[in-house]
Amino acid sequence: MHLDHAHPGPAAVGADARCPDGTRRALRIGLGGPVGSGKTATVAALCRALRTELSLAVVTNDIYTREDAEFLLRQAVLPPERITAVETGACPHTAIRDDISANLEAVEELEDTVGPLDLILVESGGDNLTATFSKGLVDAQIFVIDVAGGDDIPRKGGPGVTTADLLVVNKTDLAPYVGADLARMAFDARAQRGELPVVFQSLRGEPGAAEVADWVRRRAAAWTA
Amino acid sequence: MSRAALLVLADGRFPAGGHAHSGGAEAAVRAGRITGAASLEDFCRGRLTTSGLVAASLAAAAALGVDPGELDAAADARTPAPALRAAARKLGRQLLRAARATWPCGELDALAARFPTGAHQPVALGVVARAAGLDARDAAHCAAYESVSGPASATVRLLSLDPFDATGVLARLAPDLDHVAGQAVRAARTAAHEGADALPACSAPLLEIGAELHAARPVRLFAS
Repeated sequence: MHLDHAHPGPAAVGADARCPDGTRRALRIGLGGPVGSGKTATVAALCRALRTELSLAVVTNDIYTREDAEFLLRQAVLPPERITAVETGACPHTAIRDDISANLEAVEELEDTVGPLDLILVESGGDNLTATFSKGLVDAQIFVIDVAGGDDIPRKGGPGVTTADLLVVNKTDLAPYVGADLARMAFDARAQRGELPVVFQSLRGEPGAAEVADWVRRRAAAWTA
Repeated sequence: MSRAALLVLADGRFPAGGHAHSGGAEAAVRAGRITGAASLEDFCRGRLTTSGLVAASLAAAAALGVDPGELDAAADARTPAPALRAAARKLGRQLLRAARATWPCGELDALAARFPTGAHQPVALGVVARAAGLDARDAAHCAAYESVSGPASATVRLLSLDPFDATGVLARLAPDLDHVAGQAVRAARTAAHEGADALPACSAPLLEIGAELHAARPVRLFAS
C-alpha cells in the first residue's frame, strides 16, 4: 500500500503473499473469541515467548477504546511502534471479516514502518461465537474460549469453534471453581473439529502459552519454507 | 453508465471502511444534538448541504477528469479540522484499495502511486466512479448519499434508534439529495473549465469542532 519508501511498484490490494517488491510479507495470524476469554493475555504471552526469535507486531481491534493496545503497551511486551489499534465502529466482526480494509492498512503500515516482519498477530475485539477472520486478512486463525464461559461452548460449536486452525481453551486453572468438565470440553471439541488441534492452557503458571507458541512457530516456519 | 455498477459502489457493504465512521454523528449524539429521528434528520440535512455538497462536487469533478492533485488540494482547503483531513485520507486510501481489487485499472494504480498516504475520499470516489464506468452525476449521488447514510446507520447503533425510522429519514432526504447532486455536477462542470476554485466551499463549523473533540476522546465507538 505504501509507495513512499520501500516499495517501488503499485501496492498490494489484498491477501497477496508477496509485497510489491517481490519479498514475502509477514505471516498474519488472527486471534478471535468471546469477550474476556483471554485473547489479549494470550497475545501478550505469545509476544514474550516469540519476540527474541521472530520480528513481530500486533494489531488490536478494540471495540470502543484503545484498552487492549494500551494493556500490551503497559506490559511492554513489544516496543510501542510495533503495536497498532484499529477502530471498529461498534462492529468488531465487520472489521475482521466483512470489511477488512482498515486492518489491511494497519498490517501494511506496520510492515512499512517497522518491517521487515516475520509475524503479525491480529487480535479481534471480543465478539460472539460466529466471528471469524477473513482469509483476505489472515493466513491462520486461533479461536480463544475459556472454561468460565461455560463448558458447553465446544458442544455448541459455531464457525469460530468449528473452523479455527487452532482452538484454545483458556483459564483451565478455573475449571474446579466453575464446575467445568475439561474432559467433556475436549471430547466435544474433537467431535466438532475432527483433526483440527485444540490446546488447553492456563496463563497463571508454567508452561503458560508455550504450546500455542510452538504452534505459531511451526506456522511461521511453514510460511517461510 | 451502468446502473448496476452504481449499486455496487453505493452499497453500504462495499468494503471501504465506512462502517467504522459515524460522519460526526457520535460527537453530535454525545453533545445532545442528535437525540432521535427528528434531530437526526436535521443533522443529516445540515451535513448534506454543507460538507455533503462539497464532497459531491469534488467527486463529480474527479469523475469528469479534473486533476486529482488540484482537487485534493481543494479538499484540504475546504476541510479545516485536521481530524477530518486525516479521516478523509484514510478512507480515501481504503476506498482505493477496495476499488483496485474490484475494478482493476491503470488510473486507480496511478492514483494510489501518487497519493501513498491517501487522497481525500471524495476525490478517490470520483476517480473510482470513472473506473467503474460511472459518470459525474453518479459520483455526486454516491458522495451525497454517503454524507447522510453514514450518520444514519451510526445513530442506529449509538442511540438504539429504530432502524425503520433511520431509513425513513434517508427516504425523506431523497429530494434534497437529488438537488445537491445536481448542484454538485453543475459546479464540477464549471470547475472543469475554470479550475477547482469554482467548487463550493460550504462548511459546517460544528462538524469540524465536533470532529476535533471526538478525536481527543479516549472512549468512542467510531473512528470519526
